[in-house]
Amino acid sequence: MTDNSKSNLMHIGVLVVLFALFFILPVYHAGNMSRIMVLAVYAMGFNLLFGYTGLLSLGHAMFFAAGMYGFGLTTNLGGLPVPLAFGFGVICAGVLALVVGFLALRTIGVAFMIVTLMFAQTAYLVVLYFGTYTRGDEGFVIQQAQRSIAGIDLTSETGRYFTALLIFGICFLLIARLVQTPFGKTLVAIRENEERTRMLGYDSHRHKLKILVISGLFSGVAGATYALLFGYVGATFATVQYSIFPLVWVLLGGAGTTIGPLIGVFFMFYLINISSGFTDAYMLVVGVVLVLLTLFAPHGLAGLLRKKVLTWLP
Amino acid sequence: MDFGPHLMLASLEGAVISAILVLTAMGLSIVFGVMRVVNVAHGEFYMLGAVLTWFITSIVGGHPAIGFVAAIVVAPLLVGCLAAGADRLILKRVNYDPDRTIVATIGMLYIIQQTTLMSLGPDARPVEAPFNTRLSLPWFEWGENGFAMIWPWGLSTTSYKLFVIAAAAMVLVALWLVLTRTKVGLLMRATQQDSETAQAFGVPVGKVYSWVFGLGAGLAALGAVLVVPIQQAHYLMGHDPLLLAFIVVIIGGLGSLPGTVIAAILIGMSDGIISVFFSPTLAKIIATFLVAMVLVFRPQGLLGKIAR
Amino acid sequence: MAAVNILETRGLSKSFGGVHANSDVDFELARGKVTALIGPNGAGKSTFVGMVSGRIEATRGQVLFEGADISHLPAHKRIQLGLAYTFQITSIFAGLSVEENVALAARRLLAGQPEALVKRVTSVLARVGLSDRAVQIAGDLSYGHQRILEIAMGLAQEPKIFILDEPTQGLAESEVDDFITLVRALAGETTILLIEHNMRVVMETADMIAVLDQGRMLAEGTPDDIRANADVQAAYLGTSTDA
Repeated sequence: MTDNSKSNLMHIGVLVVLFALFFILPVYHAGNMSRIMVLAVYAMGFNLLFGYTGLLSLGHAMFFAAGMYGFGLTTNLGGLPVPLAFGFGVICAGVLALVVGFLALRTIGVAFMIVTLMFAQTAYLVVLYFGTYTRGDEGFVIQQAQRSIAGIDLTSETGRYFTALLIFGICFLLIARLVQTPFGKTLVAIRENEERTRMLGYDSHRHKLKILVISGLFSGVAGATYALLFGYVGATFATVQYSIFPLVWVLLGGAGTTIGPLIGVFFMFYLINISSGFTDAYMLVVGVVLVLLTLFAPHGLAGLLRKKVLTWLP
Repeated sequence: MDFGPHLMLASLEGAVISAILVLTAMGLSIVFGVMRVVNVAHGEFYMLGAVLTWFITSIVGGHPAIGFVAAIVVAPLLVGCLAAGADRLILKRVNYDPDRTIVATIGMLYIIQQTTLMSLGPDARPVEAPFNTRLSLPWFEWGENGFAMIWPWGLSTTSYKLFVIAAAAMVLVALWLVLTRTKVGLLMRATQQDSETAQAFGVPVGKVYSWVFGLGAGLAALGAVLVVPIQQAHYLMGHDPLLLAFIVVIIGGLGSLPGTVIAAILIGMSDGIISVFFSPTLAKIIATFLVAMVLVFRPQGLLGKIAR
Repeated sequence: MAAVNILETRGLSKSFGGVHANSDVDFELARGKVTALIGPNGAGKSTFVGMVSGRIEATRGQVLFEGADISHLPAHKRIQLGLAYTFQITSIFAGLSVEENVALAARRLLAGQPEALVKRVTSVLARVGLSDRAVQIAGDLSYGHQRILEIAMGLAQEPKIFILDEPTQGLAESEVDDFITLVRALAGETTILLIEHNMRVVMETADMIAVLDQGRMLAEGTPDDIRANADVQAAYLGTSTDA
């Protein structure tokens, strides 16, 4: 079997399994899976920039939040129907990514990390500052009645699960396709040796800007979907913590693999779920995982798999 | 209170903020200058300094000054040792690779912060200042008989706050002396200039790194020891100082100590003044956005040398 | 009819602070020939070639490619015009496989044509003798093989001008022989500009030689011209007498 067919089989297989899980899992876990799938879209967006292109952004929460608030505010304050509000949220994230890209991509390495962190921090503070509309840390709720498309209620367990699966599936397949195109391979080249890539005739800056915007768009999709399905918009999703989460997810699951983000979100979700049963300090788990990963397993789970066994893993 | 006295009050508050900020930012700057490491956990070392102060003063009891003196000696030392240990255990192992170091320090941030939450709980703990006399401050006014000193109600500071400003200045001077006049300082500066050449000349770069990392953390902790009688010890208190320290170091210029001092004064004063007259949130928005722009358009900051 | 000179520089200069790495270099690169750029260490050869390729920004002067002024084009645009470049210190994708390295070089031109891409990668690897190492990770290759890989990456672009910065440095004698054969085979197909210290390579491959000394162009001409040139002898090859 060619690498290409193996890859296609795997991606479809994952979606089939996720589909089937709804009927197998108890309601509580199915609900968790809905959340996991939506957050996995966020992780996949982050992975495009970090895992494939090698750019570590510490401010991705601003794109997630842009999608979330773009959707939430237009629905609640503007009364827009779901599809329009959703689209608006995604566009907000994309535009923000473009502006940030123009500025932040003038820097490299550590400076890039700090710049993205600072922009995200500014975004968070702006959300707080306009608390009259955004309700700040407290956040606001989006009524059930507003969260339906063409009469289909998206707030039921079934509605949530399959909407999450649909959106995850589309993003998953799109990204799988993207990373196997020449554009995707050039991103990897930029990560491996940017100067060499330029001296092969590639406009590395253009590539980075494009992928930053694409990454922002996917993060925005995740944010808007989260607000849509779980009915809550709050400033917590714009904090530094929500920029660190995708980093942990992607590192754990395997940076630069298509399946890694989903795996990472899954494990971290349950790890945190279980630890928060014992203590309020469940973020300790995040800290320990990060240190252990970076010391002993920088490739993450899927990355290790790819190194040792499944070399065809995209 | 009229504008004049109000401004003076805000400036005094700003001066206290600057004093603490100078120490915290200096710690961050030295670590970055010598090791090229961005220590995201820096704020947590600061927090540890405050928490340890509360702990020590609770145990020691008696007059608050005794506990405070004990804390000011022990806390920075303990935190410094912890940091040096973290450097040997973790940062050295990842070879100070920029990506992995940042990830490791983010991990350290959560470990320190959350362990503190588990042991201390989420409540803020107050610490009594060793001395705290209220000092009314004069203001000048054109009266019928020429210049007269008046004492507006509310225009005051405390002896402790003045002490903080003085203490920070003394530590700075001591630090400058150590860096420029002692062998240890020479080793640090040599490593900062060119670590490979330094190593070739027999400078124990690995050890220097551990010392420097410990020193940076110790300075942050010292700043927190000074501030905790004014604020309180709380497990999340490292977040804002971290951001402010970053802002100072970047605007002042990475690797430039005079730049850090000037920027700390500038930013501390403006933060104090804008917070008093406008809102603290607005002050922070301006500061964070500004620093991002500085990094983008003038990466060397005010006085820095490297553009990274 | 194509211009005799595929590349020209006029008054090309580079200063770093007070240091003048290159001063007023006028240079003509003859189409289809192999030109060697020689000179003592620190003469400014790599800086010069860096400015030609666009890696380094010139302080002053012009670079013309096929008569057109490319002085303000960024490096990647110049490569797109048909320039290939190998670094003095080998720069490849150490984490990727040998064939992916070559594929990346060729893909810019053959993006939508997967079969043509595979063909080109296979033929280039065969040409440089790396076919049996195609799936190896590039970082695991010996230094000599890595340099050859970098040359393969240049070949994959089928460039009009191929700039090689000290290509034989670190190669074993047999590898140097292979390199000389390769260059001779390429002559006519493409224009080659090589910086070299290895005089055997220069004498056996170069149609033209240019000599740089202390940032200035000292002499240009055929190998015989250069051998006979008194200035070159004094500066570089060493004078026969004098204390």
